[in-house]
Amino acid sequence: MPRPAGPSTLASPRASDLAALTVALLGATAAAAGPPQRVVSLNLCTDQLAMMLAAPGQLVSVTHLAADPMMSVMADQATGFPLNHGRAEEIHALTPDLVLATNWTPRHTFSLLERLGLRVEQMPLATRLDQIPGNIAHIGALLGREAQAQALVEDFHAGLAALAPPPGARPRAVLHNANNYTSGAGTMAAELLALAGLANIAEEAGIIGGGNLAMEQIVMLAPDLVIQAQRYPGASRAEAVMDHPAMLALRDRGGGALADAEWVCGTPHVLRAVARLAALRDAAEGGE
Amino acid sequence: MMRLALLLTLLAALNAALFLTSLLTGPAGLSPAPALAALIRGEGTAETLVMREIRLPRALLAAMIGASLGLAGAAMQGYLRNPLAEPGLLGVSGSAALGAVIALQTGLAAAFTLALPLAALIGAVVAVALILALAGRHGGSITLILAGIAVSAMAGALTALVLNLSPNPFAAAEIVFWMMGSLADRSMTHVWLALPLMALGWALLASLARGLDALTLGEDVAASLGHALPRLRLTLVAGTACVVGAGTAVAGAIGFIGLVVPHILRPLVGARPSHLLAASALGGAALLLAADIAVRLILPERDLKLGVLTALVGAPLFLHLIYRTRREGLT
Repeated sequence: MPRPAGPSTLASPRASDLAALTVALLGATAAAAGPPQRVVSLNLCTDQLAMMLAAPGQLVSVTHLAADPMMSVMADQATGFPLNHGRAEEIHALTPDLVLATNWTPRHTFSLLERLGLRVEQMPLATRLDQIPGNIAHIGALLGREAQAQALVEDFHAGLAALAPPPGARPRAVLHNANNYTSGAGTMAAELLALAGLANIAEEAGIIGGGNLAMEQIVMLAPDLVIQAQRYPGASRAEAVMDHPAMLALRDRGGGALADAEWVCGTPHVLRAVARLAALRDAAEGGE
Repeated sequence: MMRLALLLTLLAALNAALFLTSLLTGPAGLSPAPALAALIRGEGTAETLVMREIRLPRALLAAMIGASLGLAGAAMQGYLRNPLAEPGLLGVSGSAALGAVIALQTGLAAAFTLALPLAALIGAVVAVALILALAGRHGGSITLILAGIAVSAMAGALTALVLNLSPNPFAAAEIVFWMMGSLADRSMTHVWLALPLMALGWALLASLARGLDALTLGEDVAASLGHALPRLRLTLVAGTACVVGAGTAVAGAIGFIGLVVPHILRPLVGARPSHLLAASALGGAALLLAADIAVRLILPERDLKLGVLTALVGAPLFLHLIYRTRREGLT
């Protein structure tokens, strides 16, 4: 799954929280008429944050992706909601008083919904861990659920603090996705690898943001661990690269798979991905 | 004969040089001597893995598929007595791609090993049979090309439909691969998958040599020499379907090689179709090896499709051939 790339600077999480809370307070003032009663979400990531934060009955619809266990860690909760496909007509028919979109929502859908007189709010998708608390606070403020957002942010920080990178050697890993896509410096994926005590060979190869690393280069960089993406049903040439004999030879040394659902969105659930990566790291260490 | 032997030797030498260049082209930045040493000695190093599992199958497939397309083009042109006949233009490659896509998306390809090339073969058989039924040996160029357009359009549309219906999020983006072809990240598995059917097809098409020569003297003479038309036709259909099906199943549809190569070589080998078959096989291998080196040099990071390059060379030539065919009143 392609993820947006961000600059590689890492601010301290606490500083960004303050900024996020300021946004949250401003948002609360704007919504003085009271919290929205019919909220529709247009994106898998806003789906998940809204499901975690909304009051019962406040969230009217989430996307069909949120109910897909291959894409969503909250598929069980999502099946309780009417599902939408992000099309302007069906959104309008739900008569929402707030539509949650992102900076990845197609421009034409966004402007069409605004022309239909709907209130559409955009949340920039998190591309780094330190943006997650801000997004939680942002959605919390839009929903009028600041207290729940604050609690979730605190949980996230507590979980993050408990995940100090393990001491000792840092095995070198590559994230290998369809089409030889990988995540380099400045991506949330790279941060998760670092938290799990792994070195990222995409960064050694100078990849900034997401990018493709030729299979030849991966082989020459000789990673200790190949962490591949999950497989989707049906077949594709893009995914066939994960079964290439050269990659299988590398994976014999160590490796595993990581589900997209666990880290495709910047939510507190990404901490689970770190735990899984750390387990792969320990297995690789033990194998040596 | 001397002239043919010289030409074939030169083409073989060109192929050897291009094959070596293909082995030495790639993003890993290996220097030539250690790379070749790693290929031959095979000490389980990263270099060996790159050379044996990534670059060798790529060069082998380029040579095999190029030879197949050159051979199929020369055979079709010899049988139809028409310089515009070519597996890509006539929709044979496109139909083979449709067969391959159906085998992959229905799970048939995963169920048993040879399902992928066999499904592509069936697609190709349907297309060749349809083309010969529609245009035949006595239909003009216009009928042939129109039949090709219709078969290509239908195969392309159905391929796109199957890929769009796939539950796989990456499948729809691969329409361009199936229509333009690529050898990026293929493996020895693909070589072994394609080779049996391809070898069978080479043998069938090579066996056409004397029949096609006899056919230049007229159908009656050919028949009296023991080359009856129906059998030649059956061999052509089977041979073309085998080589095009096997090649397309692993590399997608690559166009124009079967058009360009016989056209360039025909003046050099004289009028005998049998000579053109041998020369076109070698010429096709050289052209596809060169195209596959070029896509890695022009846009190393992007997986530029092979069909883009072959069409850039082939389409202008195709226009020229149409113009000449019309001027000579062959329509």
